[in-house]
Amino acid sequence: MDLRFTPEEVAFRDQMRTFFRENIPADIRNRLGSGRHVNKEEWVESQRIMNRHGYAVPHWPVEYGGRGWSPIQLYIYNEEMMSENCPTPLPFNTHMVGPVIAAFGTEAQKAQYLPRIANIDDWWCQGFSEPGAGSDLASLKTKAVREGEEWVINGQKTWTTLGQWADWIFVLARTNPEARKPQEGISFILVDMKTPGVTVRPIQLIDGDYEVNEVWFDDVRVPYGNLVGTENRGWDCAKFLLGNERSNIARIGASKARLRRIREIARSVPAGDGALWDSEAFRHKVAAVEIELKALEMTQLRVVAAERDHGNKPNPASSILKIKGSEIQQATTELALQMAGPFALAYHDSNEEIPEGRNDLPDGFGWADTAAPEYFNYRKVSIYGGSNEIQRNIIAKAVLGF
Amino acid sequence: MDFEYSDEQRMLKDSIDRLIGPAYDDLGKRKATQAQGPGFSEELWSKYAELGLTALPFSEEDGGFGGGPVETMVVMEAIGRGLALEPYLASIVIAGNLLRLGGTAGQREACIPKIADGSLRVAFAHVERQARYDLFDVGTHAKKTDHGYTIEGDKSVVLSGDSAQKLIVSARTSSASRRDHHGITLFLVDADAPGISRRDFPTQDGQRGAAISFAGVDVPESAIVGTLDHGGELIAHVIDIAIAAVCSEAVGAMTSLHALTLDYLKTRKQFGVPIGSFQVLQHKAVDMFTALEQARSMTYFAAMMATSDDPRERRRALSAAKVQINNSAKFVGETAVQLHGGIGVTMEYRAGHYFKRLTMIQSLFGDTDHHMRIVDHAGGMLETV
Repeated sequence: MDLRFTPEEVAFRDQMRTFFRENIPADIRNRLGSGRHVNKEEWVESQRIMNRHGYAVPHWPVEYGGRGWSPIQLYIYNEEMMSENCPTPLPFNTHMVGPVIAAFGTEAQKAQYLPRIANIDDWWCQGFSEPGAGSDLASLKTKAVREGEEWVINGQKTWTTLGQWADWIFVLARTNPEARKPQEGISFILVDMKTPGVTVRPIQLIDGDYEVNEVWFDDVRVPYGNLVGTENRGWDCAKFLLGNERSNIARIGASKARLRRIREIARSVPAGDGALWDSEAFRHKVAAVEIELKALEMTQLRVVAAERDHGNKPNPASSILKIKGSEIQQATTELALQMAGPFALAYHDSNEEIPEGRNDLPDGFGWADTAAPEYFNYRKVSIYGGSNEIQRNIIAKAVLGF
Repeated sequence: MDFEYSDEQRMLKDSIDRLIGPAYDDLGKRKATQAQGPGFSEELWSKYAELGLTALPFSEEDGGFGGGPVETMVVMEAIGRGLALEPYLASIVIAGNLLRLGGTAGQREACIPKIADGSLRVAFAHVERQARYDLFDVGTHAKKTDHGYTIEGDKSVVLSGDSAQKLIVSARTSSASRRDHHGITLFLVDADAPGISRRDFPTQDGQRGAAISFAGVDVPESAIVGTLDHGGELIAHVIDIAIAAVCSEAVGAMTSLHALTLDYLKTRKQFGVPIGSFQVLQHKAVDMFTALEQARSMTYFAAMMATSDDPRERRRALSAAKVQINNSAKFVGETAVQLHGGIGVTMEYRAGHYFKRLTMIQSLFGDTDHHMRIVDHAGGMLETV
């Protein structure tokens, strides 16, 4: 047992840190670090810089642009990226549709899509959830019927994250309604968002911003060749993809970055004769979250080390990453909200231009206007990717043997 | 980065499990052991010695095995799993490490072979009524005499202090202030030296302790463990090692308690079905698992940091670990009792005994508030190794 990074891993960490600091524009990192969203252009810019240096898809198979890094190197890369407040490469591209095409696609599909996915020449979104199929994803009803060399798709998807910016969507659709089990008879199909019959409606979230969408398919015709993998075996792709989603789910680096910022700002938030940071009660709340986070970091490293030593064998400790990781992320947004105090009240539409001649916000501190929106927004993290209650069901069954 | 035991460590784990498991798996037998002699099994203690467990932390030159915190973790986890009563924490982890790190050549030569062969047990008389968890609040004082020192003062909750043949006692040798880090010295004394009186008591978790008074106890200069006036550093280091050890013990106890609870949920039937078929109970069991694994992770961190040469880094890490262990132990213990229902609050079933030990561990070497203050004063946990 030796929990230290090797000198090579330490050197790799420094190399990553330096890369992100020196190459991803500071204004993008500052904006993300202060709890604001980046726009599409900034996101694309950041991913293309990474791609140019071979850092957009290091986890992919080497023949498609992967780096052949160890699980520990991948962990360090991810943590440093989040810790430096860089936008992560678009997960729908790099962790979802890309790996699925690399694993299940034809050679022609790989050649056509993978380089564009890595370089975010196409922005992808995920067409999984439906109004009637949330946690029970396999009950989805969107239908794809084969007519000659085309699929005709009808139905509705929802919670489609950043679909308003997307060029393409990967869709789970029912292709055999007669299948014995709901998981059977589903196919994984790629759809160009410009295809006639695709309609997108952004949904405003409780933070006031637009992040998810409803997407309708009304007699949408796409080539049969847009099927990935075997017809009616799309559930295999979905399971593979959701397994991929798990690896980054704890977002430890992002929580660290937010806590660092809280520590820094709370020293200058006026309270009584001094600062909020003078309050032992507040400091202890911060320390309590940091301790849980440290424990989660060690848990994450246990999972990563086991992955290195035993390959992808399921690790009982990995299942807690989603639950604890989301709880801690939410706790950090709660701390920021508490720190903002009454100045959390003033709402500022982040999509609205600030009027000429003014660079300040209506009321309060410059940093405080993101506290409530982030707190509201982060309620999502215990809901998406399989709600924490679903995670508990999974652990109960797979780990505890109920 | 490697979280796995070596072959030797795995063998150590197997042999100690084989030793402790059968000795304490029967609660009736455990109760009988508590009631006789020193409150634990002397026979088992000599088997600890045969296995080399009592020699574990000492250097090979002193006749030990040079085991580190990972080996201690292996032993303490097994003690936690098995609800063992032997004074390993008090005599080997605490007193043993005080002697290892601070003992003079003469003291080590006189004591370590006997500790190793199981014939000598030593306890650490340090806590005082007013001190609570402050390691440097020492009112007991040692006055310089022509022949050495005379110790005067009262010590509380001396773990396993009822049956130890020797004591290491902390006393103030200089400095006017009772809570000064500087000016504390440790002395090795015979437990039956003139002037020492003892009130023994059983502890809530079935072990034993003592309140020990020192009324003009004369010791020679050669009784000093460590350096005159610099006992504070030694105490802090060894208590950090002890915190890592009780973290491991708690993880062992939580592991067994969680397994016991799962077993109960799967077999206990109500309304015609195993109660474990109810989702609300399954989710509680999952939350116990999460708390346990977070504690296990932090215990690895504690073991790694217990040997750190940087006292500030070590202190902060061990305090953070203790906070995590306390939170997890409280949640796992209370939830296990709740999920068991009535049988969980009886002395006739193991769950209650694990709960009692886990609860007492929370009050050992600093509670959650105490360690939270230390982590806070150290600047939090973001910039740690």
